[in-house]
Amino acid sequence: MLKILKYSFYDLMRSRWSYVYFIFYLLLGFVLLFLNNDVNKAVITLMNIIIVLTPLIGTIFGVMYYYNSKEFTELLLAQPINRKKIFMGQYVGISFSLTLSLVLGLGIPFVLYGLLKSTAIFNFTLLLVVGSFLNFIFVALSYNIALSTENKIKGFGYAILMWLFLAVIYDGIFLISLVMFDEYPLDKFSLIATMFNPIDLSRILILLKLDISALLGYTGAVFRKFFGTNFGMLISMSILILWVLFPIFRMNHKLKRKDF
Amino acid sequence: MKKICILLLLFSYSVIQAKQIEVCNSCENSSIQKAIDAAENGDEIFIRKGVYKENDIEVNKEITLFGEEGTIIDGNNNGSVLHITANNFIIKNLKIINVGVSYTKDHAAIKVVRCKNFVIENVILDQIFFGILIEKSHHGKILKNKLSSTAKDEANSGNGIHIWHCSNMEVEGNEVFGMRDGIYFEFVTESKVHNNLSHNNIRYGLHFMFSNNDTYYNNVFKNNGAGVAVMFSKFIIMYQNKFLHNWGSASYGLLLKEIYDTQIYNNLFQENTIGIKGEGCTRINYKNNTFLRNGWAIKIAGACYTNIFEKNDFMHNSLDLAYNTKVNDNKFENNYWSEYTGYDLDNDGIGDVPYRPVKLFSYVVNKTPEALVMLRSLFVDIINFSEKVSPVFTPDDLMDKKPLMKKNNDSI
Repeated sequence: MLKILKYSFYDLMRSRWSYVYFIFYLLLGFVLLFLNNDVNKAVITLMNIIIVLTPLIGTIFGVMYYYNSKEFTELLLAQPINRKKIFMGQYVGISFSLTLSLVLGLGIPFVLYGLLKSTAIFNFTLLLVVGSFLNFIFVALSYNIALSTENKIKGFGYAILMWLFLAVIYDGIFLISLVMFDEYPLDKFSLIATMFNPIDLSRILILLKLDISALLGYTGAVFRKFFGTNFGMLISMSILILWVLFPIFRMNHKLKRKDF
Repeated sequence: MKKICILLLLFSYSVIQAKQIEVCNSCENSSIQKAIDAAENGDEIFIRKGVYKENDIEVNKEITLFGEEGTIIDGNNNGSVLHITANNFIIKNLKIINVGVSYTKDHAAIKVVRCKNFVIENVILDQIFFGILIEKSHHGKILKNKLSSTAKDEANSGNGIHIWHCSNMEVEGNEVFGMRDGIYFEFVTESKVHNNLSHNNIRYGLHFMFSNNDTYYNNVFKNNGAGVAVMFSKFIIMYQNKFLHNWGSASYGLLLKEIYDTQIYNNLFQENTIGIKGEGCTRINYKNNTFLRNGWAIKIAGACYTNIFEKNDFMHNSLDLAYNTKVNDNKFENNYWSEYTGYDLDNDGIGDVPYRPVKLFSYVVNKTPEALVMLRSLFVDIINFSEKVSPVFTPDDLMDKKPLMKKNNDSI
């Protein structure tokens, strides 16, 4: 598995897209900090971008890589190597290279602008951790979709749809149900509803750390009570881990049956 | 004129019959109460360095009571310390500590009842229940005092400077922290509160009710539990105050409830959950205020008429404005909005497209507060954008027709 991981990783590291992605984050970090020197405020703006963009890039990269390296994968499958190892190697390779682009791309400008001396360091670290989780989650999800769909165009379509659903449509349904069921106590509901969407979960996790929690009033109090404690942090992190593990599990399950 | 009168009066007293009585542990008068009993109107009582364990000291003569550095009156956590019922007194350079907590009586470090023309200056109060409690008095000055305590909850703590049924008071240069309310006014008229710093109080930094014709300026209210509350008052002027970091689920910079004919200008509201919350406010002019990084800059609840928001700077607030009633005849004009995306073709400094401060999301949040968990979600950005392009839900007439392109106050 390590060999395949290494191969995938180096393959991606050599590819143009990794560089584009890395340079995009690098530029973004520099421009943000250039426009306002306040590291704290830059972290808030970054959150908006990371939460939307990281899943999107993860999804597209995952699907793209699967379909592009399909022939090579089939060649590998002909060798006496465990299937699971091949795909896990590829998966970890992609996720790891994307995460590296994210962490280095944003880390370099922020460190240069004096992050280490600022109070935002914890928030920034949380942002990167959440961003990395989102990478791992969405690459896994897109690999699932790609594995289940032979047709490349369809696969891309489904993957984009999945992203659109989790990033936008889910929130729409969530918001509408909140407005519709106005008269019921909704705090538990919204707490659970955020758990089912990794993007929402990451957003709330960062929002609460960024002190906007006080705005949330009563619901905020419930949220803060839950997420604000170490226990809540632990729970939400483990749910993010579950969000990584579950698609991987399904991937392996699918692999066993798949006829290449 | 009044000040001069007071000074002349005091001066003449001291010239005519100035007698100074010293209090120290080894003096003839070893207790403050004894010295006061021995004094006559116009005398000075000088309390030498040392700790005096006394409480419920009756001050019923027109005297000057002052100490030096190291003069401490310890109330033994038992009742009030100074209880004053005389006119024309001066209290300065004292330190009073340990005032007893009571659930039935208002124990205070300095309690002033039915007095006129007095000065309380440079007094340090620590570990107190109420600090300076003034009832039914007039023409008093409370200057440069420092009041502090370690209040834990509202039920068993008192207010710093508590003034009730008074007029022509001046509260200047005090620092109050760790109390229930920093400065509390009830039925106080024609008074001035300025250059005070009120911070880390568990309820309000400043709290006033039924207090008309008062002026508040150059004060700083910071990190208070619920911010500043002003209620049921008329003809108030508030300027150059700073309302900072009042951050909590039920906090605001400034709460206005049933306020009429008031001027609020040149204030700074920074990092409050709600900058200004208005309920039943009429004829209020908000001018040249800066709202910086608040949750809501302004939240208008209901029954507000003829409020004019002019030349304010709204910068980087999560939500600029929440409105849950009709716009009535409230007006927004010539404000600067950091989120304004319009253009100014004729270069006159005023945007050519009107700005709508109420977003669809803040409209939704007003109806369903729980929806706030969607803050900063992509979906919310999308609906806000579509609402901005063609308003359907948000009040049609609520807009700033002449938004400024540049902010008014460059200092921040």
